[in-house]
Amino acid sequence: MKNPAYIVGAFEHPTRKAEDKSTAQLHAECAYGALQDAGLSASDIDGYFCAGDAPGMGGLSMLDYMGLTKIRHYDTTESGGSSYIIHVGHAVEAIISGKCNVALITLAGRPRAEGMQTGTAVRSSGVGVPDEPFELPYARTIATMHANVAMRHMYEFGTTSEQLAWVKVAASTHAQYNPHAMLPKVVTVEDVVNSPMVADPLHRLDCCVISDGGGALIIARPEIAATLKRPKVGVKGWGEAYKHQNAGGIDLTYSAAAMSGPMAFGKAGVKPSDIRYASIYDSFTISVIVQLEDLGFCEKGKAGLFVQDGGLISGIGKLPFNTDGGGLCNNHPANRGGMTKVIEAVRQSRGEAHPKVQVPNHDLVLANGKGGSLGTRHGCGTVILERE
Amino acid sequence: MATQAFDRLPQAPGETPDNKVYFDACREGKLLLGKCNDTGKLFHYPRHVSPFTLSNNVEFVEAKGTGVIYSYSVARGKEPFCVAYVTLDEGPVMLSNIIECDLDSIKIGQKVKLKFKDSDGGAPVPMFVLA
Repeated sequence: MKNPAYIVGAFEHPTRKAEDKSTAQLHAECAYGALQDAGLSASDIDGYFCAGDAPGMGGLSMLDYMGLTKIRHYDTTESGGSSYIIHVGHAVEAIISGKCNVALITLAGRPRAEGMQTGTAVRSSGVGVPDEPFELPYARTIATMHANVAMRHMYEFGTTSEQLAWVKVAASTHAQYNPHAMLPKVVTVEDVVNSPMVADPLHRLDCCVISDGGGALIIARPEIAATLKRPKVGVKGWGEAYKHQNAGGIDLTYSAAAMSGPMAFGKAGVKPSDIRYASIYDSFTISVIVQLEDLGFCEKGKAGLFVQDGGLISGIGKLPFNTDGGGLCNNHPANRGGMTKVIEAVRQSRGEAHPKVQVPNHDLVLANGKGGSLGTRHGCGTVILERE
Repeated sequence: MATQAFDRLPQAPGETPDNKVYFDACREGKLLLGKCNDTGKLFHYPRHVSPFTLSNNVEFVEAKGTGVIYSYSVARGKEPFCVAYVTLDEGPVMLSNIIECDLDSIKIGQKVKLKFKDSDGGAPVPMFVLA
């Protein structure tokens, strides 16, 4: 046991439309699923992590609902969809410092059942948000702001719509093997670029799905992980970073992964070329392009070339990604894709991904997520997992 | 192909004690930037603390109202419009809309100039037309 903590349980909720379940219920079902996976019980949990999707004040209502009475460490770090990847790092640090032994992280939500227009509606994030008077009058959406990133990337680096489309083609190629995927049909580059334009230059098939569901992870200290029967998935490296409009010094060509990635690689003592599989947050195809560059899998501006002709397809490409179909084809529970990114990385690390997409050498895998909007404010989390 | 920008009525900006000076200036047809007197650097959006030093040693200065498009997107649909980042000639980049144009003719690097647009019951908001 050479890593400071281990992901001993992981569970992805199979639902994609949860009209018959509450958000709290979904959180709890995910927690139970992860405990079953780990071979632990609810009374073992002494650390709890959740983010803004958890109903109530921080995690208090969820602790109450789930009946967790032994919590001595609690963390509600909120950075949108990347929260759960950042929670993994925080859980490892809490375990290292003796604050808890067994940490539970949960995510759940039901935007699809609630009819939410996630990407194309003008949405406020609360009362008194200082930037919103300078943004809401312009009707900016998640889609148009990611599209601004894509447009600038094309302008600076010559990235093409066809190259962006390859990200979706790879995700759909993997999704065909996932019985739970919302969009299991394999698509072509032509399908993507001929789909309706949502926000120039992003087409409908450049955008992720809206789904209900959730997931949970259990992180435990080495002594406990050693007693469990599941494959040993150590957290070898982790990092987090945040990026915003920088007082008007805006540069849309990179994400906070340019900072969180090097932190995680530094802690792990490995380099991008050592990574055999990567879960990369795919809210939009452009999100993947920017993160691949920022994480060092290719040079800045070269991810279009990296992904084209199947660069991300398992068995074909240099770096198999999102072998569950990702947010583009599988699911995006609660509009927050970080949890499912870690879960598929755990499957790959354990060797339990679908046989058609499992990478043969899975000693080192990575998950990266961003939460918030790539075009305005966001946080990135990176984790590197080692199979022992 | 030509797609005329939809003449959209912007949502009123939420005014606060912090941003009132900015939107009051908008009512007078002026676009303000923040200026940090500790560093001499300009910033957008304006606020009463310096985003460079956190001190309150800031003032508000009028921008010329000219710039170039840093990036943009056209929200498609029945009422298409352009959401863009504009690099002001003074340096800071601000989010805005490019209005009163053929949306299919917009390019990064194009020169734009300020034009205020009435909002839905609030202060006018600074937008840009092609120069």
